[in-house]
Amino acid sequence: MKKITTLCAAISALALSTGFAIAEADAPVLSIDGVVIATRAPAPEYLDIDEVISGWVFRTVETQALQMDDFDNPGMIFVDQALDDWNEVNGSEGKSCASCHTGGPEEFAGLRTVLPRWNEDAGAVWTMEDYINNSLVEHMGAEPWKVGKAQMNAMVALISLQSRGMPMNVAIDGPAAETWALGEEIYFTRVGQLDMACANCHIDNYGVMIRADHLSQGQSNGFPAYRLKNAKLNGIQSRFSGCMKNIRATPYAVGGPEFTALELYVASRGNGLSVEGPSVRN
Amino acid sequence: MAENVKPRVRVPRSAAAGEAFEIKSLISHIMESGRRKDSDGNTIPRSIINTFTCDFNGENVITAELHGAISTNPYFQFEATIEEAGTFTFTWLDDDGSVYTDSKDIALA
Ligand code: HEC
Ligand code: HEC
Repeated sequence: MKKITTLCAAISALALSTGFAIAEADAPVLSIDGVVIATRAPAPEYLDIDEVISGWVFRTVETQALQMDDFDNPGMIFVDQALDDWNEVNGSEGKSCASCHTGGPEEFAGLRTVLPRWNEDAGAVWTMEDYINNSLVEHMGAEPWKVGKAQMNAMVALISLQSRGMPMNVAIDGPAAETWALGEEIYFTRVGQLDMACANCHIDNYGVMIRADHLSQGQSNGFPAYRLKNAKLNGIQSRFSGCMKNIRATPYAVGGPEFTALELYVASRGNGLSVEGPSVRN
Repeated sequence: MAENVKPRVRVPRSAAAGEAFEIKSLISHIMESGRRKDSDGNTIPRSIINTFTCDFNGENVITAELHGAISTNPYFQFEATIEEAGTFTFTWLDDDGSVYTDSKDIALA
């Protein structure tokens, strides 16, 4: 209760109202063209909550419906565009993604569930964007794509789609442990003029209304997400950036080490939830 | 020229004669309204899909005129009936003169 009081004081302008009240029994089921998506799962043992819940559950019935049919999901437009990029020759080597990844994007089934992950050769935790840019630069002799921009988000969506319905399962131990711990620290550190941490909203207050928005656990399993707000795909790190701006903090760089650590930590808070990408959010 | 314009349509593979079925269409398009300004204060010229039509075996099923307030990626959903097998053709006209088309065959169930 104390935390909630501090929160109200910090953001008195934002109206907080009733608690999270979607009963298990009448909870909506997300099934996309026959694939059932786990939008709730028992929380991994390292978390301080019992259940992890996808952001989809918190959206309005109309927004939820958009994600239940790939035709209605505007995010799929960008997946189509990424398929064009997949086959397009780019760079000094005269190659397209298809030249090497001959099994098509399907080759990457399951990849989304384990990213970000430790890359031994690089000696760092890599996101999917890092892998794509590595192929562009090292294997194709092409320019890297900007992390968080349209072309990259679309390719991440295309590759994520291949894992749709599979449970998120990022590793937090071994060589990734240090990065994960940094992500955890960022998640719980209060920042910005409103002096809030990710945890103040997404752990302490999920389920309440914050202005017109139904607060979720801030999970990443749905990313990239098509947002009705800006009518385009949004990368996960851009979402972090938006949340930091909302509490009037200076966001870390999209594609930088802090947000990559945060991405790993947030992904680990969703281990067990199905990959949805591309999801639809408001 | 609008970039990354891609039409998509969904029509059932077959339908019973006289029975209504659903058609969905969507085209990815920026739908620049002509009312926004760029960072230098200059008006960004209007660039929208201004007409959408659906024909069946050469006969018009639906024609829609679009104006400046239609959001990006215009989506149409409507019902149709058929008495014979044939082909639906879909056409989108762009302000810049481009014409985008798609077509789908349908059988009689
Ligand atoms: C010239 C061959 C080549 C081309 C072209 C190429 N890749 Fe790769 N890609 C590789 C190789 C080799 C690896 C694995 C080793 C590595 O990461 O360097 C890889 C790894 C990847 C991975 C990580 C897969 C995993 O399981 O870890 C992704 C994702 C990927 N590529 C995406 C792409 C995309 C998207 C394109 C097109 C923009 C592309 N690649 C073009 C050779 C290529
Ligand atoms: C002032 C409260 C607040 C804080 C602090 C906050 N967020 Fe959010 N966040 C929101 C709201 C509101 C939304 C949109 C509704 C929702 O999904 O919860 C959101 C959405 C998200 C989403 C998208 C969830 C989905 O399924 O689409 C992610 C991911 C996220 N936040 C991560 C973070 C991270 C990481 C931090 C810390 C850097 C953070 N948020 C800080 C309020 C907050």
